[in-house]
Amino acid sequence: MGIAAPAAGFAEPVHESQRTFVALMWAMAEPALPRPLASALTPPAPLSPELAAVALTLLDYETPFFLDGPLAIAPVAAFLRFHTGAPHTLVAAEARFVLCADAGALPDFATLAQGTADYPDRSATVLAQVDRFTAGPLIFSGPGIPDTRRFGAEPLPADLAARLAANAALFPLGIDLVLCAPGTVAALPRTTRPVTPNP
Amino acid sequence: MTHPATAMPAISYNFAYLDEQTKRMIRRAILKAIAIPGYQVPFAGREMPMPYGWGTGGVQVTAALLGADDVLKVIDQGSDDTTNAVALRTFFETTAGVKTTSHTAEANVIQTRHRIPETPLKPGQVLVYQVPIPEPLRFLEPRETETRKLHALSDYGLIHVKLYEDIARHGHIATTYAYPATVNGHYVMDPSPIPKFDNPKMDHSPALQVFGAGREKRIYAVPPYTSVVPLDFADHPFTVQRFSQPCALCGAEGVYLDEVILDDQGGRMFVCSDTDYCAGRQAEGHTGTLSAPDAPTRADEGPKEGCS
Repeated sequence: MGIAAPAAGFAEPVHESQRTFVALMWAMAEPALPRPLASALTPPAPLSPELAAVALTLLDYETPFFLDGPLAIAPVAAFLRFHTGAPHTLVAAEARFVLCADAGALPDFATLAQGTADYPDRSATVLAQVDRFTAGPLIFSGPGIPDTRRFGAEPLPADLAARLAANAALFPLGIDLVLCAPGTVAALPRTTRPVTPNP
Repeated sequence: MTHPATAMPAISYNFAYLDEQTKRMIRRAILKAIAIPGYQVPFAGREMPMPYGWGTGGVQVTAALLGADDVLKVIDQGSDDTTNAVALRTFFETTAGVKTTSHTAEANVIQTRHRIPETPLKPGQVLVYQVPIPEPLRFLEPRETETRKLHALSDYGLIHVKLYEDIARHGHIATTYAYPATVNGHYVMDPSPIPKFDNPKMDHSPALQVFGAGREKRIYAVPPYTSVVPLDFADHPFTVQRFSQPCALCGAEGVYLDEVILDDQGGRMFVCSDTDYCAGRQAEGHTGTLSAPDAPTRADEGPKEGCS
């Protein structure tokens, strides 16, 4: 039985992970605002280069990860385990990072770690792939957003606004959502609330 | 002794000193800190090559987010030229090789001890605070298990009692630095020992503010455009220090001033605590009562009133 070598990781781990982190940091600090994220990685499909860069930047032996849907295949798990040393868990609620190939089919947030009242930071971060970002139809407000911000992505679940509102209502508990599109990244942390547009 | 330009130094460190696993751990803490504004995220703080109290928390945060193209400014009580600022700036020049500056507007990462620059911060800038005691409830409730519950419940009655005792004893809220503030309507945070003069600058700042406490091993953050409201009472509203005199060197008003003793005859002057701001104003031609070239050696005509 032949075993293919995993695809290469960062060519310059120090600086590429730093650039990826800064893009993520500002995405989290200014939610619903897509930021450039360059990635030269060639991970196994369907893992996108951007999601792979985020995973290689954040995962290590301290952070169990869960692969959702089409990502839950051996080559993807092997790629992530080889480059990060992170344990692959099959129990979504145990994962610090939940990777999702199709943001249109996001897992039920209630099945993921929400953090505890004493330690709300022990909650899951959901890293999901989308095809592109759009300027709407959703409108968000919250920390990092001066007034309100229009945001959208394709694909997203039809009931995402309701799910994010329920997630925000759990504050300080709740999950944080990071969305990766080709060349860009955006985040919707738990503080970001959907706003109903005025008629 | 000469080395070829490509030679490695005798002792070489990873970029920005910290190893990559430590940076990843700190980066994850920073992301959660931003996602939960004002909440103190525990992190596995490392021993740094400087003592606790010299900014080990801020240094670790800066090291985790600093990039090769960043421009770094380090201030200590507003000054770019005091021991702590010089030492930490040199540390990052040596271990990361980044460009440094004293100009607030040119820096995109600013590490600070106990001040916020007078020059308004811009979008895209990160302000990293060095924090000694991150827990605003610590001197009121020593048990970590209890303070965590109080934070979870957003129960800050203890701090209000402390401020009330100020009023009962002094007639006004006598807390002048490390003035507790509510972030985004939930967590009360210690803004590090900045003068309360600087508290209003934190509210809805366009810059990202990250706080690192090395000894206590906590990281917390205030995202841009986030409400930071000082605790107060309806009949004793929050106020900042006021100065009766402008800066003696640049004439600036509405800035935070340091008292400088000039002699042993009671002579003193008040000058901008933010040295870069003061130097910038002097370069623009602003003068104060003690400006060169006719600066007297005695401060007889200098200001006599301090902050109220």
